Amino acid sequence: MTSTIDSTISEESTMPEPQRPWRATRDSLRPVIASNLVAALAAFALNLVTGLAGFDGWLLTFVPIAMVMTYITRRRQGTVIVADAMVTTLVTTIAAVALFPVMSLLWAVATKGLDAFYVGFFTNDMRFASPDDELNMGGAAHALIGTLVMVLIATVITLPLGILTAVYITEVRGRFTPMVRFIVQSMSGIPSIVAGLFIYSTVVMGFESFSGFAGGLALAILMLPTVARTAEEVLKLVPDEIRSASYALGAPQWRTSLFVVLPTVRSGMVTAGILGIARVAGETAPLLLTASYFTATSFSPVDGPMASLPMYIFGLLQSGTEYSFARAWAASLLLLGTLLILFTIARLVSGKDKR
Amino acid sequence: MSTSTPDASTPSTSTPTTPPTSTALAADTSTITDRSGLEVKGLHVWFSKHHAVEDINIFFPKNTVTGLIGPSGCGKSAFLRTLNRMHEFIPGAAMAGEVLLNGEDIYDPKVNPAEIRLKIGMVFQKPNPFPAMTIKENVLAGLKLAKIKHDDKDGLVEECLTRAGLWKEVKDRLGSNGGSLSGGQQQRLCIARALAVNPEVLLMDEPCSALDPGSTLRIEETISQLAETMTIVIVTHNMQQASRVSDYCAFFLSDGGPGRLVETSLTSVMFTSPSDKRTEDYVQGRFG
Repeated sequence: MTSTIDSTISEESTMPEPQRPWRATRDSLRPVIASNLVAALAAFALNLVTGLAGFDGWLLTFVPIAMVMTYITRRRQGTVIVADAMVTTLVTTIAAVALFPVMSLLWAVATKGLDAFYVGFFTNDMRFASPDDELNMGGAAHALIGTLVMVLIATVITLPLGILTAVYITEVRGRFTPMVRFIVQSMSGIPSIVAGLFIYSTVVMGFESFSGFAGGLALAILMLPTVARTAEEVLKLVPDEIRSASYALGAPQWRTSLFVVLPTVRSGMVTAGILGIARVAGETAPLLLTASYFTATSFSPVDGPMASLPMYIFGLLQSGTEYSFARAWAASLLLLGTLLILFTIARLVSGKDKR
Repeated sequence: MSTSTPDASTPSTSTPTTPPTSTALAADTSTITDRSGLEVKGLHVWFSKHHAVEDINIFFPKNTVTGLIGPSGCGKSAFLRTLNRMHEFIPGAAMAGEVLLNGEDIYDPKVNPAEIRLKIGMVFQKPNPFPAMTIKENVLAGLKLAKIKHDDKDGLVEECLTRAGLWKEVKDRLGSNGGSLSGGQQQRLCIARALAVNPEVLLMDEPCSALDPGSTLRIEETISQLAETMTIVIVTHNMQQASRVSDYCAFFLSDGGPGRLVETSLTSVMFTSPSDKRTEDYVQGRFG
């Protein structure tokens, strides 16, 4: 009797806390932080006395000093640990260097773009404002709507077409598969201005008018190879056992692709769409000759020229005044923000693959 | 059921009213006059130039269980896959000979292979539930994929899962993902999925090789029950399993060349007094 009571008590009292012994503790991190800090300061000091300058110069001196410091602090612990620590330092530094330009770009767009933001920027167009008006006039609503409409047109055309192309390459594996794959790969090398020129010489000259629809078509040409190739790579990941299981149930090939293979990689198909949109949303060159430039809000893609964020930015840069530059930065920020929101929604809707 | 007519070369047209043969198993299947079931005549299998299986003649009578045994690489699986036209998905695959389902050649050019696979189901070595579907959707996948109408889908799901020995474990979570089950449960789900389209023949390619003893036992019980209504061909490396579940056994062997059928007989005969020395050595565990 007593023993059972004892055991329950001791079980409660000695219940261990969850621990993570594989993680670095504060004590073990202290010398690492200290040595890197010393290296950073030493690099700064060296830059003052030598001819090296700027971030590049600092980095050039920091990496070797940090590695020497790592060597000194870890020397007592043996060569394996020293080598491991030095490689870790090197890789971390390189990763930081690679991320730096991207972060710097985002930072620049965010800080400079916010200057020209005001409520009207999202609701007004440039019908009654000129590029060098004060920043409380005009806006980018027409450009945002135009971009969304044209990207939507391109996506509606490209997503089914690209996925079907990928299904042909990976599932049907017909006689023309190598040729189709080669053409799709070549298409991804088409310069964007050529896509615009092609639509200009066919659609725009045919209808004798610039239009958002023509812009969407030009974007679709650029979007197709990205979507098709991404979808192809994703479909290749579907294990053949799944297909076999479907065939063994008496399913024809097209029903296997439609009801078994594609649902398995639904989130991958969304990724293909996202990469395609990311490829074209910021394109200026193909819109130059197709949708052209416009200052008024228009929802109709078949009614004359249509504004878009990249063309709006392009036009503002050509004006070259202080206020037009500020508007261009704001429009850039708007473009980035719109894409971020679109991709987040797409991810949330698609959910995770249950592969 | 066996009669004195030894002429097995002319398959009679199937007669659906014939009662199951399981009550009285013929010692030699070639003497059975009722050829309903699955019959294989002079079957060869190639992978590109590699001759994998040579000249197989065997008859799987209706509503019996036949175990295919033999060491690895003797062509059992390749042979099995030719029985429901899954072999042809492998690039470079070729075959010769006839496979007759109730007397009709499944390789006839006029035959739609998808319909053959609907009648001759398959359970694979590795459990392969559809990952994007729930348990219930997995069971009903065959109906959707082959465009079969069914009035009582819930009833069908319960029936198939019960027959596969999985109903009690999953009845409260039919909406959860098929991949969330354990390996043994997944394999039983795959069996339930194969049963939902009500095949005449069920081919099983080492269905228990990745499973624990408990799941294996349940699947073996399932096989015994299924044999009342369908013809089962099961590849297995487990001699005890073959002796437990099968009515007939077929021993395949390759001597470096293509795999051949060494011996076919009643399971009880195969494990007690096989006619071929190599069969005796194999079933007693002296090689393979």
